Amino acid sequence: MAAIEILQLEKVYSVGFWRKRPKRALYPLDLVVEEGEIFGFLGPNGAGKTTTLKMLMGLVFPTAGSARILGLELDDPRMKAQIGFLPEQPYFYDYLTAVELLKYYGRLSGVDEKQLVSRVEAVLKRVALEDAAHLQLRKFSKGMLQRVGIAQAILHDPKVVFLDEPMSGLDPMGRREVRNLIEGLKAEGKTVFFSTHILSDAEALCDRVAIVHLGQLRGVGAVEELTAGVRAQVEMVWAGTSLPSGISALVAETHAAGDTMRAILPQEEQDAALDLLRRAGARLISVTPVRTSLEDYFLAQLGRNPSLDNPTESAKEGSAQLTTFGKP
Amino acid sequence: MSARIRHIAANTFREAVRDRVLYNLIAFALLLTGAAVLVGQISINIERLVVIHLGLTAVSLFGLVIAIFIGIGLVSKEIDKRTLYTVLSRPVKRWEFIAGKFFGLTGTLVVNTLCMAVGVFLALWYVSLRHQMLASDAWVLLALYFIVLQFVIITALALFFSSFSSPLLSAVFTFSLFVIGSFSEDLRGFAKMAHGMAGWLITAVAYIVPNFSALNIINQVGQGQGVAPQLIAYNTAYALVYTLAVLAGATLIFDRRSLK
Repeated sequence: MAAIEILQLEKVYSVGFWRKRPKRALYPLDLVVEEGEIFGFLGPNGAGKTTTLKMLMGLVFPTAGSARILGLELDDPRMKAQIGFLPEQPYFYDYLTAVELLKYYGRLSGVDEKQLVSRVEAVLKRVALEDAAHLQLRKFSKGMLQRVGIAQAILHDPKVVFLDEPMSGLDPMGRREVRNLIEGLKAEGKTVFFSTHILSDAEALCDRVAIVHLGQLRGVGAVEELTAGVRAQVEMVWAGTSLPSGISALVAETHAAGDTMRAILPQEEQDAALDLLRRAGARLISVTPVRTSLEDYFLAQLGRNPSLDNPTESAKEGSAQLTTFGKP
Repeated sequence: MSARIRHIAANTFREAVRDRVLYNLIAFALLLTGAAVLVGQISINIERLVVIHLGLTAVSLFGLVIAIFIGIGLVSKEIDKRTLYTVLSRPVKRWEFIAGKFFGLTGTLVVNTLCMAVGVFLALWYVSLRHQMLASDAWVLLALYFIVLQFVIITALALFFSSFSSPLLSAVFTFSLFVIGSFSEDLRGFAKMAHGMAGWLITAVAYIVPNFSALNIINQVGQGQGVAPQLIAYNTAYALVYTLAVLAGATLIFDRRSLK
């Protein structure tokens, strides 16, 4: 059974005070997340990630379409007892201590009173907040609030965990800890659906990712499947302080550092560029293939890097499913 | 009451306590003690009347301020601060959230009123050192009960407006209804005199706004007059039905609201 099934889910807001006009936040979205997956929902700010998550949580009502989590409708209390949710930039009742807050949420989630104290202790330990357990949340830093947010999301041992920008506000050590925590959840067999715009985190963690931009799904699949569609590039370094004539037409970007030049160019232009360097008498230092990252794919989808040959064709060749919607 | 409603109510009560809302009780106690001493010195033979009027009016005003200023933020503050997201993503129904918030604030107001009632009776005891306590002083308890019924309605109204409008507008709407409702008996009398369309309109308004004037028996109690048992039953039923209707409206609106 799929953990999350989204079918033609869309959202159009009405904006304006007197003369209401429609503003589309999400075009019809189809997505399936399997049980036990770590699924990254990626996109720049305003892409529609948070709107999608809010619809799944029942906080915002969809204009059309439907979704099911663990095979249950979104308003089913049995489903809600089995999910955890961390909102973006969470804010909690700051007059409570961490222990009081977690007990409150635990009770609302139906955690047995006998287990509540041990659960709270365990989850505080897991997010490294044992020392701040009895401190009021108004004294917490942003990073500590993020941790307590994660703690409340996993407190009741949910099967599916939704995290909206979980790394936001965390220092590098905190981000590493959250990454370890998400991997720990996967090891326990839980499904993790998280939104982020920090691509390195998604690349390191996710079994599959989906990319949304301006409310449209631009691609979904495993990272390696998606990046396979991005044109291969090489990095070329030579001694010199200037570009030999004709080479600038071949390269995507160049950098000068001291008395060496570095250029990134498509792999198929490599031979032509080497010929030009030889003819100019430049001393070649290295030629290195550039590993295609999720960032390259992401930027290509956002139309900020022309290095993607043909997204649709590339996806057909690989097993990744790549979807491009035309605007209605 | 479901366990979830109870937990939300307890948390709302705790918020009021931690935000030092109940500190107003100290101000109230000082005010009443000071007033009782003062009244004892400047009024002759009407100390009791003045203390009852002053005490019950103060209880009513303090409670009104708390009911409105906490009530208007019960829902909107949770949306603005996004604390609601982590509540409604759990197996909590929206009507349970509204009910929990209502009971939490009502509980706060009941505790508040009980504490202030002690202050009123202490002031009465002070003035009765020269003139003994009267059996009719027990009617003060009934006046306090009716004041609590007013708070229950005001809390429901503040919650209703809070479920769809800003805190400022909610405060204006709730306070306006309190003022109009306090003159609802006059409004009903006026409706009987008016004719045609205006008569219909005034009658409709007079019966839609909460009848706070029927719940205000401070004058009667001050003069040592009792209240018919039917009025107690009628006022209790009226407050409960009115509150239920307003809460049902709040739930209907909140159930359809998207939390952007």
